[in-house]
Amino acid sequence: MKDLIYSMIQATLIYATPIILAAMGGLFSERSGVVNIGLEGIMMIGGFASATVIVFIENFTSLAPWISLIAGVLAGMLISLLHAYLSVNLSSDQVISGTAINIFAGGITIYLAEIIFQQQRTDTFNQGFLKSSIPILEKIPVIGPSLFSRVYPTVYLAFIIVLISWYLLYKTSFGLRLRATGEHPQAVDSMGINVYKMRYIGVLTSGALAGLAGGIMVLTQNTQYTITSIHGTGFIALAALIFGKWRPAGVVAASLFFGFSQVLSLYSSSIADVFSLEFIGKLPNEFFYALPYVLTIIALVIFSGKSVGPKAAGEPYDKGKR
Amino acid sequence: MEYVVEMLDITKEFPGIKANDRVTLQVKQGEIHALLGENGAGKSTLMSVLFGLYQPDEGIIKVRGKEVNIANPNIANEHGIGMVHQHFKLVENFTVTENIILGEEPKKSMGRIDIESAEQRVKEISEQYGLRVDPKAKIEDISVGMQQRVEILKMLYRNAEILIFDEPTAVLTPQEIHELVSIMKGLVNEGKSIVLITHKLKEIKEAADRCTVLRRGKYIGTIDVAETSEEKMAEMMVGREVSFSVEKEKANPKDVVLSIKNLVVKNNRNLAAVKNLSLDVKRGEIFCVAGIDGNGQSELIEAITGLRKIDSGSISINGTEIQNKSIRERTLSGIGHIPEDRHKYGLVLDFSLEENLALQSYFSSELSQNGLIKFEERRKMSEQLIEEFDVRSGKGSQTTARSMSGGNQQKAIIAREIYRSPDLLIAAQPTRGLDVGAIEYIHKRLVEERDQGKAVLLMSLEMEEVLNLSDKIAVIYEGEIAGIVHADETDENEIGLMMSGSKKGAIS
Amino acid sequence: MGNIRNFIANEKNHKVLIPLIAIFMGFFIGSLIMLITKQSPAVMFKSIIRAVTGINMDRLGTDKWFSARIAGEYYVYVMPIVLTGLSVAFAFRTGLFNIGAEGQLLMGAFATTIIGINLDLPKLILLPIIVIAGALAGGIWGFIPGYLKARFNVHEVVVTIMLNYTALFLTNYLMKLIPGSTTNKTVDLNENALLGSEMLRNLTSNSRLNFGFIVVILAVIVFWFIINKTTFGYELKAVGFNPFAAKYSGMKVERNAALSMAIAGAFSGLAGVIIVSGTFGYGRMIASFENYGFDGIAVALIGGNTAIGSLLSGLLLGSLKAAQPIMQGQGVPNAIATIITATIIIFVAMQKGIQALLKRVKGAK
Repeated sequence: MKDLIYSMIQATLIYATPIILAAMGGLFSERSGVVNIGLEGIMMIGGFASATVIVFIENFTSLAPWISLIAGVLAGMLISLLHAYLSVNLSSDQVISGTAINIFAGGITIYLAEIIFQQQRTDTFNQGFLKSSIPILEKIPVIGPSLFSRVYPTVYLAFIIVLISWYLLYKTSFGLRLRATGEHPQAVDSMGINVYKMRYIGVLTSGALAGLAGGIMVLTQNTQYTITSIHGTGFIALAALIFGKWRPAGVVAASLFFGFSQVLSLYSSSIADVFSLEFIGKLPNEFFYALPYVLTIIALVIFSGKSVGPKAAGEPYDKGKR
Repeated sequence: MEYVVEMLDITKEFPGIKANDRVTLQVKQGEIHALLGENGAGKSTLMSVLFGLYQPDEGIIKVRGKEVNIANPNIANEHGIGMVHQHFKLVENFTVTENIILGEEPKKSMGRIDIESAEQRVKEISEQYGLRVDPKAKIEDISVGMQQRVEILKMLYRNAEILIFDEPTAVLTPQEIHELVSIMKGLVNEGKSIVLITHKLKEIKEAADRCTVLRRGKYIGTIDVAETSEEKMAEMMVGREVSFSVEKEKANPKDVVLSIKNLVVKNNRNLAAVKNLSLDVKRGEIFCVAGIDGNGQSELIEAITGLRKIDSGSISINGTEIQNKSIRERTLSGIGHIPEDRHKYGLVLDFSLEENLALQSYFSSELSQNGLIKFEERRKMSEQLIEEFDVRSGKGSQTTARSMSGGNQQKAIIAREIYRSPDLLIAAQPTRGLDVGAIEYIHKRLVEERDQGKAVLLMSLEMEEVLNLSDKIAVIYEGEIAGIVHADETDENEIGLMMSGSKKGAIS
Repeated sequence: MGNIRNFIANEKNHKVLIPLIAIFMGFFIGSLIMLITKQSPAVMFKSIIRAVTGINMDRLGTDKWFSARIAGEYYVYVMPIVLTGLSVAFAFRTGLFNIGAEGQLLMGAFATTIIGINLDLPKLILLPIIVIAGALAGGIWGFIPGYLKARFNVHEVVVTIMLNYTALFLTNYLMKLIPGSTTNKTVDLNENALLGSEMLRNLTSNSRLNFGFIVVILAVIVFWFIINKTTFGYELKAVGFNPFAAKYSGMKVERNAALSMAIAGAFSGLAGVIIVSGTFGYGRMIASFENYGFDGIAVALIGGNTAIGSLLSGLLLGSLKAAQPIMQGQGVPNAIATIITATIIIFVAMQKGIQALLKRVKGAK
């Protein structure tokens, strides 16, 4: 049983990682005042970019996975530039713009796959990331085997990014100004800070993080990029953002929750055996596939009551308004 | 170098409107210079140009004799110009200190904000200028008066020498206004120069040395305040002789239409905004709820109309309790509502004028049948109202409400509400932001309704309107009635005292 | 020349001009992308022509110049997306974003399958029952997010997407339980449950064109009627433009929101009916979304959220979809159709910026 639990914790961390990163991306964007529901599409583009790059370079260097992730980050930033331009310079409806990006991502990734690989998916790659264990820390009882052995290094990357984000947002002047932009852009403007610039930074950061999330997802959960590689994880990340009340700690907790629900389907039969709960083994696969999505809805219902998002998120900034 | 700031022949246009048309403003070092004009005269635009929020299309600005180009608020700051905004630009869930230092944060190692020294500096400045604040408090938790002091401190923190105050007294009691004037005179003593934007003549008389008057974007003249009467200033502001009083006969109130007993209403932050309030409004009188913005009058109106649920107490119309009824049931039982925020509640801006006029009656048998719209009848009603109430618009019934002027939008709302002949007509800040012509018309119509035997519940923040239009005045302070007086038996001082919670007037 | 300038700058014409500009830019950029990746836009355009008219531009003058089957199949592509377009448009008018058309469609398809397999009644009775049941099933699936939004203020965007996935897994599972089902299709529906007809098949060389188009036309009319002629439609529009004023006027804002999503869901449910009862004739378990929902979003936005707009843009986007297999057959990656669709939406999203540009055409300062 202990092994089962450790194994499930590790799996949860792996599944939660892309959610955490994409949700943190959403956090930066919304904190600056721009709603970004295109996270799904950006993840797709990041995933595709990473999968493509690694196919070509994996035989040349052992750093291939990391380089591919950088490709994912850059691709994500590039596409998010479009969302930034539409939302900030053209005052478009941010939800429509995000949706357009989601649809566009589906098209461009498969189109390029056809051009490059002559099929509607990338080629498979052999080496994503390798699981590893941290030497001393893995010996710590309980925490060691669950958190520090047989996890992908990307899990640690995610947590480091969360810590850096928290520091940036709450301790530095950049963070103060960013958060102010999402709450009261007129105030920020009157203090001589460039609202447009702040929002661009917010959106580009979300593009970078979502692109990274997509890359990590494909490289740790799959062996190629297909149209179903991301299967709604970008939207689950949005839910994690709302569920986590737009704060780093809450977002991490929510993402872990959703990651765990995805893990349940993998482990259903093992859980049934170990805990002698036969009925779990008899539940159809579809039940477990649907579980994360249903849980998301329930979580939203319970936690949506008092909306505590950044006050000015979703509204284009209109200089003329006083 | 007599002038510390000069704005010469400034022109600023927006699509469809020339907000400033060759306007000149010259401010002497160490003076309090008022900028006077009606709503829409161009005062705020001019100051936004000075503060770097807008760029002028034509004209030049000089600071201490040197020509400057103020491209953004940062550059304005560098020249020592600071602005205290009418609608505070404060981030609600940040602290006082965070708001003050935003954009100029003192730093420690690793990019960390040095919040301790920031708070220290805030304390120092606030003591130097006598502006009481709590550096650690969150904006959403402090009073309006303190919020305004934070706005002022924002500018002093950046060593502003020239301070622009944009309509600073809208949210203050008469006593707080005196306090603010003292603060301004104190600042001038410390070497600052002040531009005071306002449309309130009394304040100009009290505080300012000189005054520049704008009308419809044009420069009218600059006068010496001590040597100019209020009547003369008003005439310059409006362009013709202005009567300050409203023509009306004495009221003849009859039976009670609206009866409120022991009403308790909570505001958005779950605190009691209306505390155990009782009052009666009779047919044939204009009953005014007066008070400084934020003392519960908005919540009171919302409770009566049904836009807000109450905690306890009762509200009755013509003897029938309505506090548990839906908004529509209340409207149908004889309430008309001219809302405070005409754009948010009073109109669907993307609907046509006709559709807006039908907003309260589209479901009636007059305008609909079996769920289908009776288009012809609706058009007829719309045309009738447009004519009777002189509602002007580009394309008549078809005009999109958004493109109508504020005055005509308000006239449309009033037409709609009066047309239904409600027993109780609630008018919440009915003349806010309107020009003198529209104000006069609206006052006239309200008096007409009163004379036709309706009850009018007026909520107003403008002292002139409160004293001249009302028959009876109830002053609300922190959710309670501080006193009820007859309009012809009271004056501004007594009202002002009640507004700040001091005196309980005699109730009759 | 001045007249054209005035025409362009006049705001009223923008309602038509902007979709046209967006469509043009979509195809333009799509063609650019094709050229950069060494594909031929000409092939794409010829495929579109062939998909819509059945005329094969490369084979004019031969006896293979025309295919009635392809022309008939065009409408098979158009019908569901007009309906999902109406679905999204209807919700938009009330200020709600219905991204759940995909799931609502699946529920409608499921209801059709269940009834069509298990009930055998005369066609004139069974078909209306199926249509109503499909609409109802979609309507319920739309009502859920509407209700959650009204009651709990939950954002409908995330909920509807979650419900899409839920519907996918739920209907797949339930249909597998139907006796006779394989892992990816059920048994055929009863003959009387089918919208297809021999006459239409003969007319179009065995395409799958079916009487579903009657349902579509009726839906367009119903949409137009509700929005423009009824007091309910007036309320929905008011809520969509300004929920505060709607509340002030006594409208039941939350209830209208839930109802509106239910009606929107019903439109998508009808799309599911047509797909099962008209196009295929049996129920299908699909591995992933077929994107009718996203196409519906494109249709609604390009059509300006109106009834006739949805019809017209459904015809346009349907032509892209129908051209996809033809393009694929000629070696052109058919995902370009999705790219073009997305680009058109992006330009529609830019409309405020485009409007500002158009106004300046008048030669203002």
